Amino acid sequence: MPETIGFLKPRQAVLDRRPEIIADLADLLPEGCLISDERGLKPFETDAFLAYRRLPLAVVLPETTEQVSAVLKYCSRYGIPVVPRGAGTSLSGGAIPQEDAIVIGLSKMSRILDVDLFNRTATVQAGVTNLNISDAVSADGFFYAPDPSSQLACTIGGNIGMNSGGAHCLKYGVTTNNLLGVKMVLFDGTVIELGGKALDSSGYDLLGLVCGSEGQLGIVTEATVRLIAKPEGARPVLFGFASSVAAGSCVADIIGSGIIPVAIEFMDKPAIEICEAFAHAGYPLDVEALLIVEVEGSEAEMDTMLESIIAIARRHGVMTIKESQSALEAALIWKGRKSAFGATGRVADYICMDGTVPLSQLSHVLRRTGEIVASYGLRVANVFHAGDGNMHPLILYNINDPEDAARAEAAGNDILKLCVDAGGCLTGEHGVGIEKRDLMRHQYNKADLDQQMAVRAAFDPQWLLNPSKVFPLEGRPAA
Amino acid sequence: MIVHFEPASEEGIASVVRSAAAERVTLAIVGGGTRSGLGNPVRADRTLSTRRLAGIVAYHPAEMTMSALAGTPLAEVEAALAANGQMLSFEPMDHRPIFGTTGEPTIGGVFAANVSGPRRYVAGAARDNLLGVRFVNGRGELIKAGGRVMKNVTGLDLVKLMAGSYGTLGILTEVTFKVLPVPPAAATVVVSGLNDAEAAAVMAEAMAQPVEVSGAAHLPESVRGRFIDGALPEGAATVLRLEGLAASVEMRAEKLVAALSRFGSRSQLDAGQAKALWAEIRNVKPYADGTARPLWRVSVAPSAGHQLVAALRLQTGVDAFYDWQGGLVWLRMEAEAEAELVRRYVGALGGGHATLVRADGEARARAPAFEPQAPAVAQLSERVRATLDPARIFNPGRLAAVA
Ligand SMILES: Cc1cc2nc3c(=O)[nH]c(=O)nc-3n(C[C@H](O)[C@H](O)[C@H](O)COP(=O)(O)OP(=O)(O)OC[C@H]3O[C@@H](n4cnc5c(N)ncnc54)[C@H](O)[C@@H]3O)c2cc1C
Ligand SMILES: Cc1cc2nc3c(=O)[nH]c(=O)nc-3n(C[C@H](O)[C@H](O)[C@H](O)COP(=O)(O)OP(=O)(O)OC[C@H]3O[C@@H](n4cnc5c(N)ncnc54)[C@H](O)[C@@H]3O)c2cc1C
Repeated sequence: MPETIGFLKPRQAVLDRRPEIIADLADLLPEGCLISDERGLKPFETDAFLAYRRLPLAVVLPETTEQVSAVLKYCSRYGIPVVPRGAGTSLSGGAIPQEDAIVIGLSKMSRILDVDLFNRTATVQAGVTNLNISDAVSADGFFYAPDPSSQLACTIGGNIGMNSGGAHCLKYGVTTNNLLGVKMVLFDGTVIELGGKALDSSGYDLLGLVCGSEGQLGIVTEATVRLIAKPEGARPVLFGFASSVAAGSCVADIIGSGIIPVAIEFMDKPAIEICEAFAHAGYPLDVEALLIVEVEGSEAEMDTMLESIIAIARRHGVMTIKESQSALEAALIWKGRKSAFGATGRVADYICMDGTVPLSQLSHVLRRTGEIVASYGLRVANVFHAGDGNMHPLILYNINDPEDAARAEAAGNDILKLCVDAGGCLTGEHGVGIEKRDLMRHQYNKADLDQQMAVRAAFDPQWLLNPSKVFPLEGRPAA
Repeated sequence: MIVHFEPASEEGIASVVRSAAAERVTLAIVGGGTRSGLGNPVRADRTLSTRRLAGIVAYHPAEMTMSALAGTPLAEVEAALAANGQMLSFEPMDHRPIFGTTGEPTIGGVFAANVSGPRRYVAGAARDNLLGVRFVNGRGELIKAGGRVMKNVTGLDLVKLMAGSYGTLGILTEVTFKVLPVPPAAATVVVSGLNDAEAAAVMAEAMAQPVEVSGAAHLPESVRGRFIDGALPEGAATVLRLEGLAASVEMRAEKLVAALSRFGSRSQLDAGQAKALWAEIRNVKPYADGTARPLWRVSVAPSAGHQLVAALRLQTGVDAFYDWQGGLVWLRMEAEAEAELVRRYVGALGGGHATLVRADGEARARAPAFEPQAPAVAQLSERVRATLDPARIFNPGRLAAVA
């Protein structure tokens, strides 16, 4: 695939000192925490945005905050770029390294430090996986709400990096709404703590700024998150509609009615076909669009809510209604949705876009998305979080055909611009990374972007933390 | 003589700021001015009010979002929402009762001060509901951040940074925020006769139940009678609010009462009383007593709230009640503000944030209104501020404090 997204030119001075740097890092870290051989480095050359690869200078896997601090102090002294990395499941290339960079991987920092059920908080090291937090408190009736589909693998540090969300964020919010505090290391090695178990903290909301900053402001080593009491039960219902417009206006009416379901997921016809062929979930194949609406509560409460929701769906001419009568049926309804990415991968190569749009624009954006992708001679399947307008068009193409790949990338860019023009944003959960870096000027004007970059430089004046990401390479105030 | 500016447009604000920056003249930023004399005193050459920058710009009930100019009276926002069965779910408080002020609170002031009330646990703070802003920075540039969609991770979240910055980073000109449907039904369960420590345990237990408690406050005997004209049952009142569809609320209330069966005597308030009660908790009714006695708002871990009050009681005269499951303590001092004492105990109990909300001039001159920060965080904050307001013209003095 031809590379259309640029990286910063590696610093020759750093490359030249490679042996020395590796020797110095070995002194700073315990045995087994440094990787410098090519075979060992290979797994770190990309993340889940597979189109780009760079072998880093070295990878360090510290075990303590102090070790992270020591490495950062060293890198800032010698002007060495650093790329923080959790599990490397970023879909926007946020954790892809560069040749002159040290990757700091948090995978060894995977201990749960404190579970405080009275205050309903958990304090964990940054490398703990998202699902591990919920697993640790599940028996006591609690869970950690943000649930990215990658939750089995992705780390809380990466979730903070990307301000990740998931299907159930309609009710519970995304990472930033569930994060109470962090311990983090600034690029000069200073360790700071922001927030804690109290709900409010003093001064500027630096915690809010750090969440979603894609490894640009510092390296998070510990996080304190909010736990929530598990609902008694959850039950999805599946609706099939004759058109996307009908499904879209049904979503708006459900929300307008005062019921906030925990999840409203949307799939268009191509997505339904792909998922059904793979998961055999019993999805209707004679409909144009499908919604999965999930509610929570006691059995009686769920009955009441579903009754209202079904009445609304009927008003929008729903063609198929599948109420789950058992845990097994509920799991089957979700299985189709949850295997969307994997199932699509078996049909074709694809890139997964991630724009957001105001709900009123959903049908318009869906229609235009179809037209755009068709104009490039490609196909698209749409599955997304409809409740909060977070679209995920999957553009299907052939990765071995360079022209096809270039067309897919171009179609993706057009779709993201469409989202912005419709009043939405370039990304709702996957982040800017390298993927959308050059589109930032479409969403922000010069003054907006310069202000963001100046704030970034206040944390990292040398601009060495994850430097090729998020902000367009030209026009940066520092570095 | 204090010059007062009231620009009626974003461009008007930007041009005042540009000339102020050029002449190194400082500006006090005022919304409705309802805070009269709390927080660190601002010493500025001129004042700039957003009063004339008012009006709802866009409201999409089905999308659960509203955009309004910063000077829009909060009352106007709330009226428009109420007409559509919606609300600001973070329940911003009205400060006029505790200060005895008369201004008109603005929506910009609410977000600039990140004001949130009892529903904080389930609905987040004001900042969690703020989706997008437009503001004028200290160079007089108009900056836009965020958007009007629920999810947005495009670049740095300057929206959060602006929320709660008390007009020291920029002047908000327009805010876009999330609004939610008013729950069709609500119930408030009262557990009577608990001491502060028992109440904390009951509230923790209630929040751990799968019933979605949307308000948990403890009103000790000393304040109980000052709420809803003394209509709460005898003894300290621990109050738990449930909201939602009528059928769910009823079932959840039963379940909650059953779960708390081993504690105190239990009763329920009717809808009208409950509504009034939560508004009074939000507006700190017991201490809106026409006095200027020092008032603290302390945010700590819920388990630490009652411990803080118990520790302070051994040293000085305090009265207190609790919101946020015990984690938000409204503390009124009988005599001195005792800033050093309050902050020492907050630190010892695991940290938090003690804000001196009301005090006489002398006490305010002596104690920083906001919790002092660790030096490294304060320095970082100062560097961030320098990128937004390099000439330091906005609200000088309001926020600063280093440990
Ligand atoms: C199959 C699949 C499904 C997915 N589904 C979702 C979904 O539903 N919702 C969603 O939001 N995302 C989803 N993602 C994207 C991805 O999983 C998330 O962005 C996740 O939060 C990344 O976590 P990670 O630990 O893998 O971080 P990485 O990919 O390693 O890093 C992500 C970013 O965070 C930075 N970073 C990592 N750790 C730290 C740290 N400790 N301190 C500072 N910065 C750090 C990195 O530099 C990088 O910029 C999905 C990905 C896949 C592959
Ligand atoms: C120092 C201080 C501490 C406070 N502490 C608390 C507290 O702990 N808890 C609580 O619930 N409430 C607190 N408040 C009260 C809260 O500010 C008011 O309820 C709310 O701001 C009412 O709006 P207003 O228009 O009257 O704001 P004002 O009283 O006029 O202004 C409030 C603050 O916001 C700034 N401001 C106003 N409008 C704008 C704007 N458009 N752009 C940028 N900045 C602006 C002002 O400079 C000021 O710092 C505090 C207020 C101040 C000033």
